[in-house]
Amino acid sequence: MVSVGIDIGSTATKAVVFDGGVRGRAVVPTGWEPREAALSALRDALLQAGIAEGQVGGIVGTGYGRISLPIFDRRVTEITCHARGAHHLCPATRTVIDIGGQDSKVIALDEGGMVSDFIMNDKCAAGTGRFLQVMAGVLDETLDGLGSLAAGAEPVSLSSMCAVFAESEIIGLLAKGLEKERIAAGILDTIARRVQGLAGRIALRDTVTFTGGTANNPAICRVIAAHLGVKLHVPEDPQFVGALGAALIAAD
Amino acid sequence: MSLTQTEAFQRIATIRERSVIALKESKETGLKVAGTYCQYSPAELIVAAGAAAVSLCGTSQTPIPAAEKVLPRNLCPLIKSSYGFAVTDTCPFLYFADLLVAETTCDGKKKMYELLGQIKPLHLMQLPQVQNETALDSWILELKRLKERLEESFGVEITSERLRDAIRLLNEERRSLKELMDMCRLKPSPISGMELLTVLHNTGFNIDRRDNIALMDQLTAELRRRAAAGISPFTEATPRVLLSGVPVGIGSDKVVKLVEECGGSVVGFENCTGYKKLDPVDEAGDPLVAVAERYLRVPCSCMSPNPGRFELVKRLVEEFQVDGVIDLTWQGCHTFNIESHALKQFVQEQLSRPFLQIETDYSESDTEQLKVRIEAFLEILARPR
Ligand code: SF4
Ligand code: SF4
Repeated sequence: MVSVGIDIGSTATKAVVFDGGVRGRAVVPTGWEPREAALSALRDALLQAGIAEGQVGGIVGTGYGRISLPIFDRRVTEITCHARGAHHLCPATRTVIDIGGQDSKVIALDEGGMVSDFIMNDKCAAGTGRFLQVMAGVLDETLDGLGSLAAGAEPVSLSSMCAVFAESEIIGLLAKGLEKERIAAGILDTIARRVQGLAGRIALRDTVTFTGGTANNPAICRVIAAHLGVKLHVPEDPQFVGALGAALIAAD
Repeated sequence: MSLTQTEAFQRIATIRERSVIALKESKETGLKVAGTYCQYSPAELIVAAGAAAVSLCGTSQTPIPAAEKVLPRNLCPLIKSSYGFAVTDTCPFLYFADLLVAETTCDGKKKMYELLGQIKPLHLMQLPQVQNETALDSWILELKRLKERLEESFGVEITSERLRDAIRLLNEERRSLKELMDMCRLKPSPISGMELLTVLHNTGFNIDRRDNIALMDQLTAELRRRAAAGISPFTEATPRVLLSGVPVGIGSDKVVKLVEECGGSVVGFENCTGYKKLDPVDEAGDPLVAVAERYLRVPCSCMSPNPGRFELVKRLVEEFQVDGVIDLTWQGCHTFNIESHALKQFVQEQLSRPFLQIETDYSESDTEQLKVRIEAFLEILARPR
């Protein structure tokens, strides 16, 4: 059966078409119209797969927007979807770390790949993809640029985890003439500490899979792995893990 | 007909309004009223003094901004709400109270009571924070002090006979309440958590205990009929949740509501709103000592250690066929927030049940975020174990 998973994130909306394997996928910016984004991601992914909408047996929606669309047969939380996707890609996964645009989460999986516990931070931007984006913006860098800039630099210690305060702190440091490299390293450090704080409430068991678009950034992966003292497994295209999980659930 | 449309439920739903009118009338003919805030308040002594005991624990967000003019913002919302009602004078039950009975439970409450005592006559009981023989001795002395204060304030004598009568009456009320709550043992439960919470909340305002008992017995009989006819808001497959932790009430019910809106069934309240009320007073022996023993046993997180809570959670998980435990802790409540860690281990490891802690306040600002957590938790519970 052909199934589709659509993950409406706060920044990007992802769709995966699944039929025994991934047949097509697409990512579009969520923007102000999450419904539109979901529909266009669906269209693009189906196009890539060369499958007509009528052939789709089931669609599961997930993601921060958690908007119910008529095309969804079911809505499942991103916790369950990320776990399912990560376990499918790497059956040894016992822990999932996901840094999303507006939240970050640590999910514990049992032997069968089922969610046994989870911890979420979604009260503020601290420790989320949004935080990284805003900080990269202050340094006038892209996310990738932030990563390469940070590589090898001695991190300056930032006292604020809050996006608003950290922004003014960084502007202050720049004004003092501190190297951008050290600030970039400090920003990554802050994220890692935040994830570490979250992960401290759940036993981190191997294999730890890192999902979400942020995992595309090798510098961030390195810093988080170092802080947590674990090896991180980063699947290919980590931003699609939630949508893949949704597609797998739709196929059940 | 839905349960809320039945006569018994309708009468319970309007207890507050009727009780305010009854209070006003009875006050004019000399009834004395004592307000309480906690499960440690020995209501038997108040009833034995011929007075009405009403629960004043704040469960509404409304008076909190007024309270925050004096109290720190990061304090537990229950304390702010309770105090807010006093400074805004917006709770009729508090208005009618001649005396407030309060205890040194958590730090926030006992310091708030110092301020509350400047607004209303307040009797503070020094509650021990451990449950042993020495603590019991000093708690008995505290009960004697309360007895004297009530006698003096209300101009009555609390005889052993009257205390025994009060014990019997309140035990009878507990019996009735327990039979009602125990209907949730059935799978599926014939009553929703929100409906049960409405009953638990409203009956706390009834000054006529016999009326309370009659109403609850009537409701229980109705639930038995419904269960026999297979009527329930849920199905066999609905995930069954035990709500543990801090007290909740109408107005601070958002987590109960969300769990049921997201497709779960709250089958039990392991808190001061629910099951912790049911422990009866021993009817044999010295009545004052028996009352002291019963109240010191309340398994609140302000006790250290607090083994009774773990035993109660275990019992309820087994007896109510619970699929998962949600521990609700108010922001700023150190004792319950810290205890949550040990409870999580206990529930996950000893009881092999999924566990979710929710730390929040009375405001609606985090509803969407809570929904994700609760939905994800119910997804865990919904799979076959
Ligand atoms: S939780 Fe503790 S302090 Fe609060 S009402 Fe219950 S016994 Fe009293
Ligand atoms: S919930 Fe906690 S902080 Fe609030 S009154 Fe009860 S024990 Fe105190």
